[in-house]
Amino acid sequence: MGRTKKMVKEELANRPDNTAFTQQRLPAWQPMLSAGIVIPGFVIIGLAFIGIGVALFVTSQSIQLLELDYTGVEQTSPCFKCSDPNAKNCMCELTFSTDTLFKGPVFFYYGLSNYFQNYRSYGVSKDDDQLSGNLDNFKSPSDTCAPYEYDRNNKPFVPCGAVANSLFNDTFKLYQIVNGAKKVVPLDGKGISWWTDYNIKYRNPAVTPLKNAFNGTVKPLYWSKPAYELDPSDPANNGFINQDFLVWMRRAALPDFRKLYRRITDGDYAEGLPAGNYSLQIAYNYPVLSFEGRKKVVFSNVSWMGGKNEFLGIAYLVIGSLCVVMSVVMLIVYAKFKFPEEE
Amino acid sequence: LKISQRAREKDLRNLASNLPYEGLEKGKQPNRYFPGNAIKTTKYTLLLFIPMNLFEQFHRLANIYFVGLAILNFVPVVNAFQPEVALIPICVILCLTALKDAWEDFRRYQSDRKLNNTPCLIYSRKEKQFVERRWKDVRVGDFVRVVCNEIVPADLLLLHTSDPSGVCHIETSNLDGETNLKLRRTMSGLCISHPVFEPESFNSVVVCEKPNNNLNHFKCYAEKPDKEKVGAGIESLLLRGCTVRNTDHAVGFVVYAGHETKSMLNNNGPRYKRSKLERKLNINVFFCVILLFTMCLIGALGHFLWLQALPVVPPFLVPDSNGHLDSPSLSGFYMFFTMIILLQVLIPISLYVSIELVKIGQIFFITNDIDLYDEDTDSRVQCKALNITEDLGQIEYIFSDKTGTLTENKMVFRRCSIMGTEYPHKENGKPLSSCYSTFHWVSHSCSSSSQKIDPYLDFFLALAICNTVVVSMATAQRQRVSPGSLHRIFTFWQRKPKRNRTISEDSVTEGDDFNPPVKTEEPGDINGLQTCSLYAPSQCNMPATTSDNLSYEAESPDEAALVYAAKAYGFTLLARTHDSVTVRLPSGEDLVFEVLDTLTFDPIRKRMSILVRHPITKKFVLYTKGADYAIMELLGTPYAGIQKNIAADTQHHLDCYAKEGLRTLCFTKKIVSDKMYESWLVNRRRALAAIDNREELVMDTAVQLETNLSLLGATGIEDRLQESVPDTIVALREAGIQVWVLTGDKPETAVNIGYACRLLEDEDLVINMSTVFQLTCTSILDCTLEEVRRYSEDPRNVDTTQDISLVIDGRTLTMALSSDLQDRFVDLAKRCRSVLCCRVTPLQKSRVVKVVREKLKVMTLAVGDGANDVNMIQAADIGIGISGQEGMQAVMASDFAISRFRHLKKLLLVHGHWCYTRLANMIIYFFYKNVAYVNLLFWYQFFCGFSGTAMIDYWLMIFFNLFFTSVPPIMFGIMDNDVSAEMLLGVPELYRMGQGCNSISCYIFTHLGLFWFSTFWVSMLDAFYQSLVCFFIPYLAYQDSDIDVFTFGTPLNTISLFTILLHLSIEIKAWTVIHWVIILGSVVLYFIVTLAYSGLCITCNPPSNPYWILQSQMADPMFYLICILTTVVALLPRYHKCYPPCPFNVPLSVLQSSFFMN
Repeated sequence: MGRTKKMVKEELANRPDNTAFTQQRLPAWQPMLSAGIVIPGFVIIGLAFIGIGVALFVTSQSIQLLELDYTGVEQTSPCFKCSDPNAKNCMCELTFSTDTLFKGPVFFYYGLSNYFQNYRSYGVSKDDDQLSGNLDNFKSPSDTCAPYEYDRNNKPFVPCGAVANSLFNDTFKLYQIVNGAKKVVPLDGKGISWWTDYNIKYRNPAVTPLKNAFNGTVKPLYWSKPAYELDPSDPANNGFINQDFLVWMRRAALPDFRKLYRRITDGDYAEGLPAGNYSLQIAYNYPVLSFEGRKKVVFSNVSWMGGKNEFLGIAYLVIGSLCVVMSVVMLIVYAKFKFPEEE
Repeated sequence: LKISQRAREKDLRNLASNLPYEGLEKGKQPNRYFPGNAIKTTKYTLLLFIPMNLFEQFHRLANIYFVGLAILNFVPVVNAFQPEVALIPICVILCLTALKDAWEDFRRYQSDRKLNNTPCLIYSRKEKQFVERRWKDVRVGDFVRVVCNEIVPADLLLLHTSDPSGVCHIETSNLDGETNLKLRRTMSGLCISHPVFEPESFNSVVVCEKPNNNLNHFKCYAEKPDKEKVGAGIESLLLRGCTVRNTDHAVGFVVYAGHETKSMLNNNGPRYKRSKLERKLNINVFFCVILLFTMCLIGALGHFLWLQALPVVPPFLVPDSNGHLDSPSLSGFYMFFTMIILLQVLIPISLYVSIELVKIGQIFFITNDIDLYDEDTDSRVQCKALNITEDLGQIEYIFSDKTGTLTENKMVFRRCSIMGTEYPHKENGKPLSSCYSTFHWVSHSCSSSSQKIDPYLDFFLALAICNTVVVSMATAQRQRVSPGSLHRIFTFWQRKPKRNRTISEDSVTEGDDFNPPVKTEEPGDINGLQTCSLYAPSQCNMPATTSDNLSYEAESPDEAALVYAAKAYGFTLLARTHDSVTVRLPSGEDLVFEVLDTLTFDPIRKRMSILVRHPITKKFVLYTKGADYAIMELLGTPYAGIQKNIAADTQHHLDCYAKEGLRTLCFTKKIVSDKMYESWLVNRRRALAAIDNREELVMDTAVQLETNLSLLGATGIEDRLQESVPDTIVALREAGIQVWVLTGDKPETAVNIGYACRLLEDEDLVINMSTVFQLTCTSILDCTLEEVRRYSEDPRNVDTTQDISLVIDGRTLTMALSSDLQDRFVDLAKRCRSVLCCRVTPLQKSRVVKVVREKLKVMTLAVGDGANDVNMIQAADIGIGISGQEGMQAVMASDFAISRFRHLKKLLLVHGHWCYTRLANMIIYFFYKNVAYVNLLFWYQFFCGFSGTAMIDYWLMIFFNLFFTSVPPIMFGIMDNDVSAEMLLGVPELYRMGQGCNSISCYIFTHLGLFWFSTFWVSMLDAFYQSLVCFFIPYLAYQDSDIDVFTFGTPLNTISLFTILLHLSIEIKAWTVIHWVIILGSVVLYFIVTLAYSGLCITCNPPSNPYWILQSQMADPMFYLICILTTVVALLPRYHKCYPPCPFNVPLSVLQSSFFMN
């Protein structure tokens, strides 16, 4: 008997394994979309979306936003005189008033439009190794920086490349006008850039004084002062870790963008900007009219969802309502087919 | 004439013995121009592997395309990514393929080395004996000695064997899978059988043809020093790779060595067929190319217009290193190429690799299906063509052989008609009487030695003698079960199922469940035998052992059945050598007939004959057996009266047999006068020695002799239907497949089987077409066609369809397939429910398949088991071989090999459907996936001045395609079950969705929009919609914010991942553990890899350097809110497409809903 059994086993050597996997009989869950699941499912999803939508919409509504265009296209604009490309070191002053308290912390942005920081050859034109303080790249920057790699005398630009070269160089000072006198509103320039940019990605070379590291290099073409003089007062905000520089180097995704300039967090204004008149003093340097760009400043406070954006809330509301409506339609259809004899 | 003769001589080779030249340098060897026996099947060499493999891979157009793009990326003005990084995907694909090739080549190298170093015996003049060498040392012109059970190292011309009659048995299972022994004989007239063969005395020049791959054909002659020529054919050639059996040793002269041997020339790799889906796929790739070009043109034009609109050079426009800016039109031109690089993924690079992987998976599941496994033969279904699995799901016409395909091909001797008297076999009484009369006559003829030979004796003698059955002793059988390692190497080359066709007597006596038909099917027969033995008492004295140990190895099961039948009546075939055959008579006497010649069977003559000299009468007797129509024409009319009656009676019996579905054979005898024999022999010798047209000449001589035959009788052999054949045919027909049966049998037999297997139904209108005149054929066709048309156009018959079946015979078929009638015939056949073609030749079979395939533009499948089906199997889109009783030729020519006809049902209805839907859905999904993903980049171009910026890190884009979204579609293509196997088998109509628009199914399913083409475009539209949603919802949400390029791209990438995977999840019909693991695993992998990458890449991949981007995004609630909203909106339409029919909860509508989604 044993022999025959063994022989049978040997004879059937080719027999496939009779397992659930090889026979394609693994226990399977079939998503049977019966009306009992789908209709309540849609109602729940719809209601959840409406809830989120309401929250987003209310939050967005509560955000205060103040935008001031200072390009100076219109002749009435105080900055009109500065929009002339030949004007040098032009200053202009914008006044505005708030009726209510502009709740703090207030974020102070500058905005550019029709400015393509996402243009491909522009975006490529930088040297991240140089910006992380690698001295070798000071002497010979990456060729991605071309044509802002070497100047005519074959001296390397530091920082090299088009992104650094085109650094935004308008500066702003904000005053509150109290009884006709200007009271400086303190602007906080710390922590406006990404923590990782400031602490890890961008590094100054470990040379003191910093100036020495830049020996044999030239400042970028459009710059009025070299990198090591961006903020001589504060070594932690100088050179490549200058926060304004860092903010600029993080290229905007879309051609109409804003970038954080300062935050208003200190002193009397920690609670926000009180109602009243304000004056914004602008050092107008950055030309945008040539390519039909616009410049603006934006004051905004932020919530958990970031800046003001009504789209997302509305979208959630619309989709949520759509789901609810559809579930009602489905319920009607379902009822019609489920109980046809009753009609 | 002379030129042609010289040309012909050029096709010949002169080979001389190496022995006189032994030890001389190579330049003086006579056979130095012929290759040695070492083989090399590797494709590459170690040094040249890389260039050769790359060259091989660049034969694929897709690879050239991607390499071209990578190179384009090195051109500074057009590059879109870092050039080095852009090389990575194509390099990964090329490397993977190269690794696979290298591994395969290494395996080939190993097996080559093992073969080349196998020992063998070569004669050495120095040592005056055979010495052991390696296979690689064998050269053309050597003398090689092979011993029993050893594998032949090269193609040898057999000169000597241990057998005194110069016979050698070989088994060719390594070459063609056939396990029956084949007879080879020494070249006659060369070495006059010395007891010991002296190779040194061999002084002839062997002239043979150029090497070719025909395993069944060889011609050569040996020219002796005295200019006498001796011819030889395949019957004297031992092929490399064969095993010597039943022969102690044999010596041969090497004629072909190494790569020139017939087995090596036959070894030409797996078949490559392009599937229908693959052809459609190429059309889709072409559409994608057009789409890509359109998108790139839009990009280029947009860039041009954008640049034109700029009044002066803004600070973000970077000039080239000379401070020079290209003109807008030139920039636009460059941008076109940049866009191609950016959007290249639109043509899916991994699609081809994925399809191959999916097909491997599908084949794994097909071959592992236990329902397609046959326990009797221990064989699974084999997939020989690896890339046409999905064609199994689109079959519209099946062409089937009858014998061995629909039937068992296990022959049972049922009835016989001797000299016009019919003897049924089952009833007890009649065999008794036949027995009685037989033995009466036997004893009479033997004892008196009278000149008048009794026809009954002759009939059974013919049964026993007139065949090519080889007798092997049971002991010899045992020896054969020691294949050795070499054997395994050969089977590694050409893996074929082993099937022992030997019907062994041993197994009967041991009472195994493997029953030879003779004993179990005919219990009455044993009775008869025992009763007979009363009349022939001498039989009882016979030593039982000798006859019981006999085992017959027949080339066709019919022959075996006849020999066993003869044995059952006491005429035992004891031994057969090439020139003698020994039969034990019921009286116990052994008669040894001298075999003068065997006129072997061929499909044109449809008969075989054996010419023997009767040991008692010393007369030349020709026994012929063959198909009745091939025999009846040749009957002589010397004593017309009786013969005519006999012939008429026998014909009547034959017709009766055919109606019962029995296979019929006629037996005749002819006494050849000495004079006639002498003159015929001269012709015969001349024909055998001829080197041109040898076959035809030999056949002509056979025809010359086979005239004026006198009829002995006829036999009826039953061939039972295989199990579940009617079910299978009904199911296939319900599936919308037309089943045709093509058989060589008589119409009556075929029609009978047709009814038995429900190919024909009782209420069917059977149109019988059998005529010898072209005109009649035309008119029958026209009339029938007209009638059928009128019937279907008649408004009364709108709802009822009449089932018409067509039965057509070979001669009429030839006329119907002639070019002027072809269209009409096909038109008629199209309207018939089933078609039966009888008495067709192998060539006609393939012609029918070709005509139907070309005229109707349908997917055809041919299934058969014998060598006569090979043509048909190769002509059809899919050829299926049934590993049956008739050797392995059909299986070797086939794309799939099964062991039973009923397996066809599950193979087509379940696996065919699955493979087709899975692969089709997978491919469509692949296109969708790439379009949906790439379009994100495209939409972004509208916001970056069409500058070719990617907002997603390039590495992440590569990972996205290579890791995060590649496994789920492959799993989908291998494992998705849109409909369960039970449902597919129970509702064969479901199969119709795979068929094209040529059949009725079209009208049923058109409204469901099932077709690949529309499905493709629906998917493309969906991809566009989804990409729009996936881009613009985040765009609107992040408008007017301080978001940077890559922080903007991260949610887009994440949303795409979710959308693409959830899209697939909606498509998946049945979720198993594996599905969950792979889908969830892909999501987890995405987050782990992206988080790790963004945690480490500080300056690794400028300009993106996505350091800490995903981390900061994941800390932002907006990220999640945007992801959820976008994914839901993107999938809403697809989800709804599936939903509507669902509430009805009717199974079929659920099915339809699943079809809706495709």
